[in-house]
Amino acid sequence: MHNFEFVKPSSVAEAVAALASEEAQPLSGGQTLIPSMKARLNAPETLVSLMGIAEMQGVCPDAGSLVIGAATPHATVAAEAASHFPGLAALAGQIGDPAVRNRGTLGGSLANNDPSACYPAAALGTGATIVTNAREIAADDYFQGMFTTALEEGEIITSVRFPIAEKSAYAKFLQPASRFALTGVFVAKYASGVRVAVTGASENGVFRWAEAEAALSQNFSADAIAELTCPSDEMISDLHGTPEYRAHLVGVMTRRAVAAAR
Amino acid sequence: MSQVKMKVNGREVSADAEGRTLLSSYLRDLLGLTGTHVGCDTSQCGACVVLVNGKAVKSCTAFAADLDGAEVTTVEGMANPDGSLGTIQQAFQDYHGLQCGFCTPGMVMSTAALLADNPKPSEEEVRHYLEGNICRCTGYQNIVRAVMAASGQDAGALAAE
Repeated sequence: MHNFEFVKPSSVAEAVAALASEEAQPLSGGQTLIPSMKARLNAPETLVSLMGIAEMQGVCPDAGSLVIGAATPHATVAAEAASHFPGLAALAGQIGDPAVRNRGTLGGSLANNDPSACYPAAALGTGATIVTNAREIAADDYFQGMFTTALEEGEIITSVRFPIAEKSAYAKFLQPASRFALTGVFVAKYASGVRVAVTGASENGVFRWAEAEAALSQNFSADAIAELTCPSDEMISDLHGTPEYRAHLVGVMTRRAVAAAR
Repeated sequence: MSQVKMKVNGREVSADAEGRTLLSSYLRDLLGLTGTHVGCDTSQCGACVVLVNGKAVKSCTAFAADLDGAEVTTVEGMANPDGSLGTIQQAFQDYHGLQCGFCTPGMVMSTAALLADNPKPSEEEVRHYLEGNICRCTGYQNIVRAVMAASGQDAGALAAE
């Protein structure tokens, strides 16, 4: 890969300043960025590591929500969120493999917004708030299509606030080579209603399945959505599955998530 | 270039590394610790797994400069002080947990990370934990046996694949 200048600030303010320079990019756990740099899909002149910023680490319950520092690795979330928000912790524990989970971070996953990544389903499925150095962004406004988000150039996610669900679960149909979701569904039940977020299926990235949300808000059981099918328009077509196959998986995985929710 | 210091296998080390120097290159090319293998170089195969501050990490997918000050354990650090094979290494030999041996350093280091967290894993837990370590020779049966034996459990009673 092309060489670059490496800097590792210890505060968000220093990181924002370092990212103001031309051709500078943030580096979180690097589990996506480093392979893409090796493939020369990406060649920053300066890489600003966010891994030395203490204020961006940790899992902290706060008034009905779980606030997770953006630079917290998946393995830490899987372990430390388990007693507060088991559905979210279980999702974090299914990302990649153990070594990837020790480096990859929440903020990195959300900033990248891979259409098959797991965390976008949790953020959208819980109606999380994405907190950056500049503002707070509702998950419903944050995800804007495949690899596209509301983040501005140089803006850093510092933490994410997840409202804790009464019941939740993530059901992931694993693509076994990449370990991404061929289709994954996060279901979360709140007093205000049920949210259903689907990853891995749509060419537009993570989305909410409104019909299932409406049916499950009336009756939170797998039977309530037994007759529903998700439209296959604009779903991903690749060698692993057709749009129709993915649309079918959305229904199956949603029912599994509802059945598993606790 | 910047000076990157680590504690590798209990020894304080220092070397000048470029920004792009991967932990795997730092270990192999700058320190001469060639026990860490680079298989796919795309973070799929796990041959390059080492322990960073006690956690399994794919050394081909981390920059050395980002790990300045870290404690790293490689397969060279797994032997006993007298040079004989450590418990995990001996179990891999005893249960024929390798054929070509290329993936073995990563398998041994992932096993070390697993057993540090979970000293008596079930067979299912072993298979689950080793998902990120690919072996193209063995079919994994003997690797799982070796891990069970290394944890002091019965290695003979594995379920058939």
